[in-house]
Amino acid sequence: MSPSLLLHRLLQLLPVLLGVTVIVFGMMSLTPGDPAETMLANQNATPAQIATLRHDMGLDRSLPVRFASFLTHAVQGDFGQSLFHHRPVAAVIAERLPATVELSAAALLFSLLLAIPLGVIAAVHRGGLLDRLATVGSLFGVSLPGFWFGILLLLVFAVDFRLLPVSGAIDYASQPPTITGFLILDSLLALRLDSLGNALAHLLLPAITLGLPMAAILMRVTRASMLEVLRQDYITFAEAKGLSRARILGLHALKNALLPTITVAAIETGSLLGGNMVVETVFGWPGLGRLVVESIFARNYPLVQAAVLLYALTYVLVNFCADLLYTVLNPRVRM
Amino acid sequence: MKRLLPGRLAQAAALTVLAFVLLAACAPLVAPHDPADTDLFRRLQPPAWMVNGDWSYPLGCDALGRDILSRIIYGAQVSIFIGVVVVLIATVIGVMAGLAAGYLRGWVDRVISGLVDILLGFPYLIFAVGLMAMMGPGVLNMVLALAYKEWVVPCRVVRGETLAARETEYVEAARAIGASGLTIMLGEILPNILSPVIVVATVRIAQVIILEASLSFLGLGVQPPTASWGSMVADGRAFILDAWWVSTFPGLAILLLVLSINVASQAVRDALDPRLHD
Amino acid sequence: MTEPLLEITDLRVAFHARHGKVRAVDGVSLTVAPGECLGIVGESGSGKSVTFAAVMGLIRPPGRIEAGRIRFAGRDLVGLDAASYRQLRGRDIAMTLQDAQTSLNPALTVGTQIIEVLAAHGEGNARARAVEMMTMVGIPAAERRLGDYPHQFSGGMRQRMMVAIALSCRPKLLIADEPTTALDVTIQAQVLELIASIRAKLGMSVVLITHDLGVVADYCDRVAVMYAGQIVEAGRTADIIGSPRHPYTEGLLASVPDLHNLDRPIRPIEGQVPDLIDLPPGCRFLPRCPKARPDCAKPVPMRAVGEGRNVRCVLT
Repeated sequence: MSPSLLLHRLLQLLPVLLGVTVIVFGMMSLTPGDPAETMLANQNATPAQIATLRHDMGLDRSLPVRFASFLTHAVQGDFGQSLFHHRPVAAVIAERLPATVELSAAALLFSLLLAIPLGVIAAVHRGGLLDRLATVGSLFGVSLPGFWFGILLLLVFAVDFRLLPVSGAIDYASQPPTITGFLILDSLLALRLDSLGNALAHLLLPAITLGLPMAAILMRVTRASMLEVLRQDYITFAEAKGLSRARILGLHALKNALLPTITVAAIETGSLLGGNMVVETVFGWPGLGRLVVESIFARNYPLVQAAVLLYALTYVLVNFCADLLYTVLNPRVRM
Repeated sequence: MKRLLPGRLAQAAALTVLAFVLLAACAPLVAPHDPADTDLFRRLQPPAWMVNGDWSYPLGCDALGRDILSRIIYGAQVSIFIGVVVVLIATVIGVMAGLAAGYLRGWVDRVISGLVDILLGFPYLIFAVGLMAMMGPGVLNMVLALAYKEWVVPCRVVRGETLAARETEYVEAARAIGASGLTIMLGEILPNILSPVIVVATVRIAQVIILEASLSFLGLGVQPPTASWGSMVADGRAFILDAWWVSTFPGLAILLLVLSINVASQAVRDALDPRLHD
Repeated sequence: MTEPLLEITDLRVAFHARHGKVRAVDGVSLTVAPGECLGIVGESGSGKSVTFAAVMGLIRPPGRIEAGRIRFAGRDLVGLDAASYRQLRGRDIAMTLQDAQTSLNPALTVGTQIIEVLAAHGEGNARARAVEMMTMVGIPAAERRLGDYPHQFSGGMRQRMMVAIALSCRPKLLIADEPTTALDVTIQAQVLELIASIRAKLGMSVVLITHDLGVVADYCDRVAVMYAGQIVEAGRTADIIGSPRHPYTEGLLASVPDLHNLDRPIRPIEGQVPDLIDLPPGCRFLPRCPKARPDCAKPVPMRAVGEGRNVRCVLT
C-alpha cells in the first residue's frame, strides 16, 4: 500500500475520532446535575469547596470553551487529576493498562486459535458430528453471560479442584521485576520461569472467559466463509493439480476464507474491550476495566471519561488496522 | 442437505421463550414468595434436594433469605422488559433513520451515516457503562443508555436494504405515478425489507438481555431491592464458596433464555431467508 | 490396435440426495488412445463432467462411484489410495475447468499457482519450467508476470494461464472441461488452437468436454455423445457428424447453426433432460424423441454399427 493512500485513510479517520471525543465529552457535560456537586456529594463539602472544584474542572466556563480545552488537553494526554489518587489520570491509567492489554491479547489469541481450526474442521466435515458439536457449542458461546461463566470456571477449577489461582494477575512471591509492566514480558526478560508460569496460570481462566463469546462468533464466520470458499472452482482446480490436502485447505482455502473472519474479529474486539470490565471484576484482575468500575462508584469522573475515550480510540484503531490487514491479504482491493 | 438445527429443537426453544414470557407476565401469580421477603433464618438455605433444603424454597435462598426461584421469576420481568423495549425503540428509530438515509441520500445520509460511524467507534458495553456512570442507575436510564447505541444496528441493515430497494421496479413505478417520498418509504420499501429487520431484532433482544445483565452485574443497572438476574449473580459471588446456588441459578436462567432466543431466531432466519441456509 | 491410455468400463456414479439416488453416470464405457483427441458432447446434466471428475478421483460425498473400472496407463484408478491419486493428478492427468476467472485463486499470485504444481510433483527447476510453460502458451514477459495476481490478467490471458498450469508437468492426458463456454469466440478459438498445438508438440491425449458439436468437428478424432448419464452414440467424428444415427445426435446437430448451409433452420431440441432419480428402464430420450416407438420403453443396449461405431437406439 502506498504511503499516500495510508495517509488518505488516516485522514478519513479524523471525523470519527473527533465525533467520538465529542460524545465522550458530552456524556459528562450534558447529563443533568452538576458533576462537581455529584462528585463531592458524599463528602459534606462546603459550597466553597464545590465552587473551587467547579472552577478546577472548568465547569464555570461555556460549553464550547470547555470542549476546546478538553480537546487540547486530551490530545496531549492530559485528562486532569484523578480525584482519589491525587495523581494525573493518565498516570493512573498507564499503570493499569499493561494488565488489560495482556488479558485482551491472550483472549484474542485464545479465541483465534480455537475458532479458526474449529471453523475449518466444521466446514470440511460439514454435517458431521464435529460440525454439529461446534455449531451447538457456538450457540452456547454467544448465549453465555461472561460474568457468570467466569464465576463457574472459578468455582470448578480454582475452588473445587484447586488447579488455578482464584484472583489477581500474579502471586506476590512470583512478581517479576518491573521492566515494561507487562507481567509475561517482564518474566521473560528477567528469565523468571516461575513468574511466567504463575502469570500464565492466573491468565488462563480470565482469558478463556473473555475470549469464548468471540470464539463462538468467529467459529461461525470461519465455517460459513470456508464453506463458501470450498465450493469455488479454484479449490476444484487446486485438487486437480494434485496438491496436498494441507496445502489446499491451509493456503488456497484459508487465505480466502480468513478475510471475513478478520473483519468480524475486528468488530468483535468491541465486546472484548467491554468484556474487560466484567471479567476483571470477576477475577480481581488489576487492569483498566476494574479501575473504570471502581472509579464509577467513587464518582471519579475524569478517570471514567479518559478511560471511555481510550477504549473507543483503541476500538477505532483496531478496526483501522484490520482494514489495512484486509487490504494486504486481499489483492483484489489492493491498488 | 440436512439442516443443522432440527425443527424440534427450534420448537422447544420457542416454547421456552414463551414460558419465560408467561412467567414474567404472571409473576405475582406464579412466584411462590414475595421476591423481597427477607428472613435471616433462611440465609443461604440450599436448594430443596440438598441437606437442609426445603421444598417451599425449591432453589434455595440468598444471603438475605429471599427465595431464589421467586427472584428469578421476577427477574425475568426486568430482562424481558428491557430486552424488548430497547430493541423496539431502537428498531423504530433505526428503521426511520435507515429509510431516510437510504432513500433520501445526500446530506441526510451523510449526517446519519456519520453518526452511525461515530457510535460504532464505541465498544457497546463501554458506551453503556459510560452513560450509566453519568446518568446513574435505574431501569429507565438503562433503557436509554442501551437504546442510544442499539438503533445503529437496524439502521445499518435498513439503509443497505433501502439502497438496494430504491433501484427496483416497484419503487420506480411508485415514483412514476407521483407517490410522495414518505409514501414510498413507508408504503413500498418498508414492507419489502421487513424480514431482515425482524431477524435482526430477534437476535438483538438476546444480546440486549446479556448487556442488561452485565450492567446489573457491575452494579450499574437495576437497583436493589428489584430482582435482576445480573445483580443476583453479583450478590452470590461473595458466597460462592459456601452457597454456589445463589449465583448459579440466575446465571442459568440468563443462559437458558438467551440460548432459546438465539435458537428460535436462527429458525426464523432460516424460514425468512433461504439464502442463508447452509 | 495399441493399448488405450484411458479405458473406462461400465462406470456408475450416483449422488445420494434426500429424495433418492441420482444416477449421474450410468454404465459409461469408453477409451482414449495415446495422442488421441476424444470429444464428449451432451447437454448439462448429461453426466459428461461427472464421468471425468471420476477419472480425476474428485467425486466427493454425497457422490460415490458405485461400480465400474477406470484404467489409466495400465493402473486401476477406482479405489486407488489418496496419496497415489494425488501424484497422478496434475502430473499424468491434468484438467482445465470451464472458467479461468473462477478457477485461478484470487488470493495467490499466478507464479505461486504454477510453481506449486511443479513442486508438488517433485519437478526440479520449478521456476524456470513455469516461465517456459507460460511462454509456450503465449504469455508475454512471463518472468515478470509471475508475481501478478489473476485479476491483473485479461480474460484470454487467464485462460492461457490455466492451460499453462494444467500442462506444466507435461501430462499424458488433458481433460478440458468446457474450455469454451465462458469466452468470446476469438479467445475460444485461440485457446482451442493452443491446446491442439501443444497436444501435437507433447503427444498427449485430450478429452474435450463440450456441448458444442462445432468444436468437436474441428478438433476431435472421435466423439461420444452423452445423454442422461449414458453414452448414446460414439464413433469417428466424421461419421457421426456426417450421418448421425441416434435421434438425440440428430437433434444436437440440428440445434447448431451450419456454416456451410445457412438456410437450414436451427431447431432446438424440445423438452428437458429427465430427472435422474427413478428413471424408467427404456430409452432415456424417449419422452423427447420425435421417432419414438413402443419398443423404446424396453431397455436399449449399446449396439455396434460399423467400424468403431456404437449406437444406443432401437432404430439402428
